[in-house]
Amino acid sequence: MTEKCVLSCNDLHLEIGNKILCDNLSLQIEPGETWAVLGLNGAGKTTLLHTLAGLRQPDAGQVSLNKTDLTELSRHDIAQQIGLLLQTHQDPFPGKVIEYVLIGRHPYLKALQWESESDYQIAKEALTTVGLSGFENRDIQSLSGGEYQRMLIAMVLVQQPSIYLLDEPVNHLDWQHQHQILRTLCEMTEQRTCSLVMALHDVNLAARYCSHTLMMFDDGHIESGRTPEMLNTETLKNLYHTSIVQIDSQQGKMFTPM
Amino acid sequence: MTTDQEHQPHYAARQKAYLYLSLLLLITFVSFIAALTSGSLSLSFLEVISAISSDANPLNHQVIYELRLPRMIHAFTTGALLALAGALMQVLLRNPLADPYILGISGGSAVFALIAIALGLVGWAISLSAFFGALLAMFLVFGLARGQGSWSATRLLLTGVVLASGWGAIISFVLTIAPQNKLRSLIFWLMGDLSFADNIWPSLITLVIGIVVCLYFARSLNVLSLGAMQAQSLGLPLNRFRWQLYVVASLLTAMAIIQAGNIGFIGLIIPHLLRLMGLRDYRLLIPGAVLAGGSLLVFADTVARSAIEDTALPVGILTAAIGVPIFIFLLYRGVKSV
Repeated sequence: MTEKCVLSCNDLHLEIGNKILCDNLSLQIEPGETWAVLGLNGAGKTTLLHTLAGLRQPDAGQVSLNKTDLTELSRHDIAQQIGLLLQTHQDPFPGKVIEYVLIGRHPYLKALQWESESDYQIAKEALTTVGLSGFENRDIQSLSGGEYQRMLIAMVLVQQPSIYLLDEPVNHLDWQHQHQILRTLCEMTEQRTCSLVMALHDVNLAARYCSHTLMMFDDGHIESGRTPEMLNTETLKNLYHTSIVQIDSQQGKMFTPM
Repeated sequence: MTTDQEHQPHYAARQKAYLYLSLLLLITFVSFIAALTSGSLSLSFLEVISAISSDANPLNHQVIYELRLPRMIHAFTTGALLALAGALMQVLLRNPLADPYILGISGGSAVFALIAIALGLVGWAISLSAFFGALLAMFLVFGLARGQGSWSATRLLLTGVVLASGWGAIISFVLTIAPQNKLRSLIFWLMGDLSFADNIWPSLITLVIGIVVCLYFARSLNVLSLGAMQAQSLGLPLNRFRWQLYVVASLLTAMAIIQAGNIGFIGLIIPHLLRLMGLRDYRLLIPGAVLAGGSLLVFADTVARSAIEDTALPVGILTAAIGVPIFIFLLYRGVKSV
């Protein structure tokens, strides 16, 4: 994290089947920024994140990391800069929490190298961050849905990327852990000047934690900008096809569907 | 010491794993001794030692060097190759039920071996034919599963399983039209039989190369067992690694098949047994699989050739006799452990 890492896309065009998810999207994610990606189910949030991570080829346009096209970089190099939290997971083979989280160190180890003491320290710190310290030797199949999700977040933290792409990171999480983890992630973004892009369904989390918001409308057009300007009842109504009311509180604007 | 371990649970866990590996090494030695001492000419441990070191007793010397030692090495390498191939296949297909034969490589090689036997060929010609069959089966699955370029574990599994039943039909056909006097050796080949083997070097060299390659793959195997997308985002070049795995697993299987025919269950149960012992990290599971798979087959073969006097059973019967109960036990333990 010595160098600042900028993820950008140029004239990005994505479609699935015949549905256009986004057209001519150009944006730049600078260190220290926190982005929320909002949109209906199927609007393309996940597809966009996967494309930004280089797991999917854009249908047109390109994604670049520090001005280098992702397709010119090896998966190994990308993994040191971009960490992705997936929304869906395959059934795991049995294992212990610490064994799983340590796999996140893969991008930094050579083929026959074992994890060092410092790798273990990084893993333990990550587990503490997500509130799972003391769970090191738990069998992952004994974890609850929320605990499992937090373990996966710890795995991304252990990867120490400069850019975090998180697909619905608060899935299964209770209020305590939603806020604890988002707060930590945002502090980290500011201090270590990494950047964060999250697909979210909770507009209020976007309002509270994200400096920028990107909205994917279901007709394929996209709007993005600074969060305070982006979030208002009119835009949200267009985005979600639902009437929205705004509640002003001491914590700032809050939104709820009517 | 205990406080040390509390602070460093990972080291304690790895020490436990090394303990299990030492135990497996011990079991391997026991299986070697069992294989060298028992048989129609029963030798004591000391007689074996003296027969190995000198030819004072020419009969014992000959029995050890020309019969038991090569056969023991054969059994060990075959078991080890199958266990390694099984471990790779289970990760490649992300399926705990995968074994080295699941993609029809054994089917293809069996068809060609049977045809060779039915035509009256012997020795090396059978092995060569079987190896050609394995390669053919491998490239068929390879080519067909790739299709329009989309690639998934399910697609590979389906292609392999469907082709395997095709090979099965051809095997039945060959058995039906084969001359009566060849039937017994055909069936022995199908059930797994170590008495065909003569030259130990090809399989021994394959095993050594296989171990090195698998250890080199080991941490990537850990990563891939998380699932394809996750593995990619952790920096694994997914498609390249999958094809490497497929080719290596197929070659290991082919080598095992041409020396011993179809020997069931080793490739399936050994990786699971090791996972139950706590050797889940592939860097530990790989050496464990070599020792456990090898020694299991050495034990099974020893029993197979000495259990019933004057009758050598096909070793496949014994690995199945050991494997079926263990496997059912594993399934019975259910989702919790498998």
